[in-house]
Amino acid sequence: MADLAFDPKAVEQLSPPLVTGQPSLHDVTEAVSIHTEIETHRNWYIALAISGSVTLLLGSMLAYLIATGIGVWGNNNPVGWGWDITNFVFWIGIGHAGTLISAILFLFRQKWRTSINRFAEAMTLFAVACAGIYPLVHVGRPWRAYWLFPIPNADLAMWQNFRSPLLWDVFAVSTYATVSALFWYVGLIPDIAIIRDRAKTQLRHTIYGIASLGWRGSATHWKNYEKAYMILAGLSTPLVLSVHTIVSFDFAVSIIPGWHTTIFPPYFVAGAIFSGFAMVITLMVIARWVFKVEHLVTMTHLENMNKVILATGTIVGYAYATEFFIAWYSGNEYERFTFINRAMGPYAWAYWSMVSCNVISPQFFWFKKLRTNIPFMFVLSIFVNIGMWFERFVIIATSLHRDFLPSSWGYFRPTIVDILTFFGTFGLFITLFVFFTRFLPIIAVSEVKGMMIQTEHEKHYLPATTTGSTEPVKAH
Amino acid sequence: MAEHSSIHGVVADFDSPDTLLDAVRAARAKGYTKMEAYTPFPIHGIDEAMGAKQSILGYIVLCGSATGLTTAILLQWWTGSIAYPLVISGKPLFAFEFGFPIMFELTVLLSAFAAVFGMLGLNGLPRLNHPIFNYSGVAGSSDDRFLLVIEASDKKFDANETKDFLATLGAEKLEVIEA
Repeated sequence: MADLAFDPKAVEQLSPPLVTGQPSLHDVTEAVSIHTEIETHRNWYIALAISGSVTLLLGSMLAYLIATGIGVWGNNNPVGWGWDITNFVFWIGIGHAGTLISAILFLFRQKWRTSINRFAEAMTLFAVACAGIYPLVHVGRPWRAYWLFPIPNADLAMWQNFRSPLLWDVFAVSTYATVSALFWYVGLIPDIAIIRDRAKTQLRHTIYGIASLGWRGSATHWKNYEKAYMILAGLSTPLVLSVHTIVSFDFAVSIIPGWHTTIFPPYFVAGAIFSGFAMVITLMVIARWVFKVEHLVTMTHLENMNKVILATGTIVGYAYATEFFIAWYSGNEYERFTFINRAMGPYAWAYWSMVSCNVISPQFFWFKKLRTNIPFMFVLSIFVNIGMWFERFVIIATSLHRDFLPSSWGYFRPTIVDILTFFGTFGLFITLFVFFTRFLPIIAVSEVKGMMIQTEHEKHYLPATTTGSTEPVKAH
Repeated sequence: MAEHSSIHGVVADFDSPDTLLDAVRAARAKGYTKMEAYTPFPIHGIDEAMGAKQSILGYIVLCGSATGLTTAILLQWWTGSIAYPLVISGKPLFAFEFGFPIMFELTVLLSAFAAVFGMLGLNGLPRLNHPIFNYSGVAGSSDDRFLLVIEASDKKFDANETKDFLATLGAEKLEVIEA
């Protein structure tokens, strides 16, 4: 191993470069800030017009829903949860990859996260915004949504039931949204200060100056900042695992066959990471090309993410198999019926779409040629997203549509309002991205710079440190 | 000290983290104590070199965690067993088992608030202005420059002498900045 360290080529092979083309620190500042400074491109307005219209569609669907009642959706008896909860779990799951990249990979000192963490955190925030709509409006009377929180008030005149997993979910999701927003903003402060320092007009200087809170990058600032960032990462790591665990409790704590299983928490978390990474690939492939940051978001980053997709996709496949095994092994006839019905009943089409997208498609990433092929990974990431949407739909619809009594059997069909609302959430998601990529640095500039200097040091000082010399500047 | 009252200190502008670190060490060896570095990213080892103490943020966050945990326990116990006792599915009015998820979430929430607002408080942010922004090349400190300021409040500070001393450390630019 010591020999490897002395051979720069071998080191290069072991850890391929995370920033290519050897840009200077200033080049990085320039590459990351320029898109917020140039004149607004015509394409930006076109993108905003399209995504904005879709968002308006979402707004009008929600207005129609609130004015009329949730009967405009396809939810029925016995399928009381339909696309609302499917889409809620779908969006919240997507958000999880952002926290995973920003927090867990940070704690594991995975340097490759620095180029993609800002973007992934933004994705978390916007996905949680889309997810949050559903529980809010599915209560039927959203103007009473404050009843979900323990706020003393005269019109409810009672307290929440803390024994219910649905209430745990309220706390989990609102905590997750708040902490993700804080984490994202804290990461942004030094980078907004960069834009402030580069501002050409007084107005820009003032706006970015206020947004950066007067950050000046002093050693004292960085000391407290790094501590805060480390603590937030340490808090977010169990938080992200807890959120999808609690989301899965919404199902697992009930006694519905197909939901009442102990495998749900880990299986939901793996699925969330799987779908989230797929969404990061979908978005990053487009963004690195549009904003010309291919030298900062390199093939190494994309390939690493594809490896995560392969790993988590395989875990998800394993969980599907385990569910079936336990349904048979439990000897419970309702459980057995639910699972046989899932694969062969009226929703077999959804079940097999899910299996082909989630279990079969990621297996292509075993091949390096395929996981480093940009068009291929783009298409595959979309397949994974479709598959993960189907997973939530399958879990919800197939478990509910066959009630205990055959007289209460039913089938769920989405209405046009269901479909347009879901389509509209993509508009909101993309609109938020359109604004984000116009006004804020999409790459964590100061982190990338720190990583570049650190990598530089490791290259220089590796032989010296391995031979035991005391080098004054040590890279941590 | 009186003659320096309108001066914040002397800025030395370096082009790399290593020269900055060497300068910090040299300034400490010379006997300067009141100094501050301004850099585009955190420089490891600079706190030790400047003789700065560890951040106390961890203790602030611990207080936040304790508050969150206590709030969650009291909230669930008081609403469930005192204010509105109601037996649901034969479950106890309060138990740590079902109380755990919310205890965890509120602990995390208040710890995160403590971490963010504690960090801002310790750093004295938000703040509208600061003397370092009087330095003509301050924009570089968020780009690719590494600044060292020896402050006028330092006992050894003398505008000319300190400036001459910093010049010997390889600073590419030197400037006396107003308070």
